[in-house]
Amino acid sequence: MGKTYVVVAEVRGGSLRQVTLEALQAVSIAKEDGDVTTAVLIGSQITPLAAELANVVDGQVYSIDHPELEVYNPEAYLNVMKQVFEHVAPDVVVLGHTALGRDLAPALAAHLGAGQISDVTAIDKQDGDVLFTRPLYAGKAFEQKRFNGGPQVVTIRPNNVEPAAAVSSPAEIIELDYAPSGSLRSIVKDIVRKTSGKVDLTEAKIVVSGGRGVKSAEGFKPLEELADVLHGAVGASRAACDAGYCDYSMQIGQTGKVVTPEIYIACGISGAIQHLAGMSQSRVIIAINKDPEAPIFKVADYGIVGDLFEVVPLLTQEFRKVLV
Amino acid sequence: MNIFVLLKQTFDTEEKIVIENGKISDDGVKYVMNPYDEYAVEEALLQRDQHGGKITVVGVGPDRTAEALRTALAMGADEAVLINHDGAEADEYTISRLLAAYLGQQSYDLILGGNFSVDSGGGQVAVRVARLLDIPHTSSITKLTINGQQAMVQRDAEGDTETLEVALPAVFTAQQGLNEPRYPSLPGIMKAKKKPFQQLASSELGLNGSDTEAKTTRVSLSLPPQRQAGRILQGDYAQQAVELVHLLRTEAKLI
Repeated sequence: MGKTYVVVAEVRGGSLRQVTLEALQAVSIAKEDGDVTTAVLIGSQITPLAAELANVVDGQVYSIDHPELEVYNPEAYLNVMKQVFEHVAPDVVVLGHTALGRDLAPALAAHLGAGQISDVTAIDKQDGDVLFTRPLYAGKAFEQKRFNGGPQVVTIRPNNVEPAAAVSSPAEIIELDYAPSGSLRSIVKDIVRKTSGKVDLTEAKIVVSGGRGVKSAEGFKPLEELADVLHGAVGASRAACDAGYCDYSMQIGQTGKVVTPEIYIACGISGAIQHLAGMSQSRVIIAINKDPEAPIFKVADYGIVGDLFEVVPLLTQEFRKVLV
Repeated sequence: MNIFVLLKQTFDTEEKIVIENGKISDDGVKYVMNPYDEYAVEEALLQRDQHGGKITVVGVGPDRTAEALRTALAMGADEAVLINHDGAEADEYTISRLLAAYLGQQSYDLILGGNFSVDSGGGQVAVRVARLLDIPHTSSITKLTINGQQAMVQRDAEGDTETLEVALPAVFTAQQGLNEPRYPSLPGIMKAKKKPFQQLASSELGLNGSDTEAKTTRVSLSLPPQRQAGRILQGDYAQQAVELVHLLRTEAKLI
């Protein structure tokens, strides 16, 4: 009998997240002939998304649609997954390494008595074993892990695996009823979204990051303008967060977020080892810094020695020209 | 209020990583309390100041883990428990089983931990413990207000701020911004030496070896490919901007 892979799909801002397609691709890398993929879509008013998801899944899509499921609640989502597991016994559960995935995956792993490999950046097969590559010390080292048995839970880091392509025959969609338990011990009261329409830092293809050199909260303005033109996200170094120029949710580094965008633009960042750990896997690194001796230049593909307040607006202008 | 804090000892974040004989070398490495766990300890202290009660810090690991636990005692925690376990073979399944076995024998209102550890970065243990104890959890919190047996928490979810109401007992994991951890004071360090410090073996927790056998195994370790310093652009800023955009189009082919 083949294995059953269960991918927990994720919705953000009314669309399927790209990391869900990447998780499906991860499954198709790990999979053997005879294995089955089941995707689970949880949310509110998700019928069109279920159809969209079915186009990239070659097994089944379970759709659980209920107003109460519009926002992520650990207990409610765990209950839904328990219900799904009554229909499909999972061998491997795959999620994105996102706010939702990071929270739900260990809960599922504990429920299943499963091992979990988190924040996977690559999947390889070797002698019939599936090997999962993941960072240690936020990317100062990498390890390859395998499971000693089942069941298994895996979270996939955004931006590291190609998204899955459409399948020849769309998956069957199975709608499950949601029975609100009425006795949830935790209730989501309110969500304040960050500025709408902004790209999420961990999924962004382009990250414009500021350090102590931005000098003030106001100093992030030119970085935001550049990020907007590039449809990227704005990040920060710990120094900028500690100085109170920005929120800690923007921090990139060993104590913070790890990003692997296509282009990372470091503005006024000296390049402490903890910060380098969080961004040095970016495809192309651009450093803008007044100090030609700043360690960031040792890892940067392109460097501009200069004042970010003069350079960044010129870059924004130049990108604007070529991107129209 | 009975407060427990889950602690891990990690490499100092300034350490470079060296691989020797297929292992990460800890030769001369400075160990610290996992930076995220510092926020958890600080929050425990703030909550105890407000609501009274006792703080017990619990760690799993080899003997040296005692240093991180002593730091927490010096910050002001009341008691420490070290569950002795050689970390080499352990994974998050193992650690959470050990912690849950210990906590299952205790009476608790509030369990705090770090959002993730800065070494292995799995972010699993605290949430697994909540499930094993069958109590609610909220991860990545930036605010905690307790009123009787009810907690109001704010959580950071990729920049969004979610507000939740959670019934205690519950597990919360600390995110940056929750508080400003204090440094241990000299009198604190002196007092810490006299505070209760319990050492437990996993056999004393009613678990046998197979209950805690790791579900995952590391098969190899590597360092990331070294990045080469690239090109420093020349000319006035406007020329450099033009050249950079040109290079991104033609050389890197990303724009």
